[in-house]
Parts: sequence; C-alpha cells; structure tokens
Amino acid sequence: MLQENPSDLCFILSGVLFTIGAVGAILRRNVIVVFMCIELMLNAVNLVFIAAASALSSMDGSIFVFFIMTVAAVEAAVGLAIFVMVFRLQDTVNADEMNLLKG
Amino acid sequence: MDMVSFKGIVFIVSALVAVASSLLMVTRKNPIHSALWMIVTFFAMAVIYLLLNAQFIAVAQVMVYAGAIMMLILFVIMMVHMEKGGESDAGKPRRSAKTRIAWALITVVLLGEILLGALFYQMTGQGGEYSVEVVNRVGHVKTVGALLYGQYLFPFEIASILLLVGIVGAVVITKRK
Repeated sequence: MLQENPSDLCFILSGVLFTIGAVGAILRRNVIVVFMCIELMLNAVNLVFIAAASALSSMDGSIFVFFIMTVAAVEAAVGLAIFVMVFRLQDTVNADEMNLLKG
Repeated sequence: MDMVSFKGIVFIVSALVAVASSLLMVTRKNPIHSALWMIVTFFAMAVIYLLLNAQFIAVAQVMVYAGAIMMLILFVIMMVHMEKGGESDAGKPRRSAKTRIAWALITVVLLGEILLGALFYQMTGQGGEYSVEVVNRVGHVKTVGALLYGQYLFPFEIASILLLVGIVGAVVITKRK
C-alpha cells in the first residue's frame, strides 16, 4: 500500500481533512474560525489536485492549485475586511448574532 | 522489504501531523491557538506536496498560506476582541445545536463514501506528458512558469486583476467614514 507515489493515501488524507474542515465550519460559531475551516477545505482540494496530477503525470494540477491559492488570498483579504467592519458595527464575531440582514 | 520506504515514512508522519493539528485547530477555544495549529497543518501539507514532486506549490503554500494568509488572520484576531463575541456566552441556550450536529454527522457519512471510493475504485485516465523524469530535467518551477506564461496566460492575467480588485475592495471596505 505504501508505494513511491501514494495517491490513494493522499485522497484518503484529503477526505479526512475536508471533513474536519466541514464539521468545524458547521459546528463553530466564531466566524474567523469558520473562515480558517474553509481555508482547510480549500487545502484539502489542493491536495487532491496535486495527487491526481502527480499520478497522471500531468501539470494542470499545479496550475489549478496556483489559481486556487490566488482566489484564497483574495478571499482572505476581503473576508477579513468584512469581519473587521461587522465587528465595528455590531461588536461581535459570533455567527449566530450576525442578523443584520434579517430586518 | 520496500513496503515502507523513506518517502512512505515521511508521508505517514506528515499526514498524521496534518490530521492531528487540524483536529486541534477545530477544537481549540482560543482562536489564536486555532490559527497557530492551522500553520502547522499548512507546513505538513507543504511536506506532502514536496513528496508529490510539486516543489513550486510547496514553496507557494508556505509563503502564501502559512505566511500571508495566516498572518492576516492573526492580525484580525488580535484586532477583534474575542471575549465580547466569543463562544463562551453560557447565558443563552445554543440555538439549533441539534441541527448542526445532525449536519456534521451527515458530513461524516459523506467522508465514509469518499473513503470507500478512494479504497475500492481505481483512478482511470490517460497519463500526460509531464512525468517525474521530464519535469525534473528542467525543474518544476520552470515547467509551471512556461505553462503559466504560455498556455494559461489569459487566466494568469485575470488572476492579477482579481488580486487588484481584492486589494482595492479590502481597503474600501475597512475605510472609516
């Protein structure tokens, strides 16, 4: 099972990491921790891309991971700006208390 | 006995470190501890990228994720007073806690499906032209760079515009009136 190219194990590891991130994003209520869980899920998907590209001897996985990292960086900048702004307006970072749009 | 090679041992160790530190990241009460465990996870995944012959992605992982994004998250955690909006508000009952736990269990069931798929199905598809030998002859960074500035030039430019929009958007959103 332990070969030189452990793509199956990478898929399993990626599934475990994605599930940890998804469960964390569902259960935690601090929006910054939820945000970190989303980053963890993005990382798990990156791992699948790299493992599959390595197993298929392709280079597209690396290119896609590059673009996913770009999007994750932009998302981090804009999302954290939104969190800072919401904290200034509402004095909370708890996801359950962010009901500004409820009317 | 090449069942457990050196690469296999490194892979197993870094995979266990990644899983353990991500579990700690999800379960810590203090968000700063969560962020620090997240950095450990990113480093372990960078080691796995190195094992998979993706050197450029490993370095970018350390620089972009463990360097830039986590530093940004740590700054925001320190700007925001967690004790005001933390998770320790014991006064109120947890709204929809049962629903959340049900969704989490459904997610774990989906993990079981992923594991079944990864264990019992073989990956199909044709191999490409970038085998390990071909890539190592010119280097991973040079190969990725040639593709980014050649075949993927237009998406690359769009990504730079996206980064510009993100910078301007972050500044505009946080500007005090």
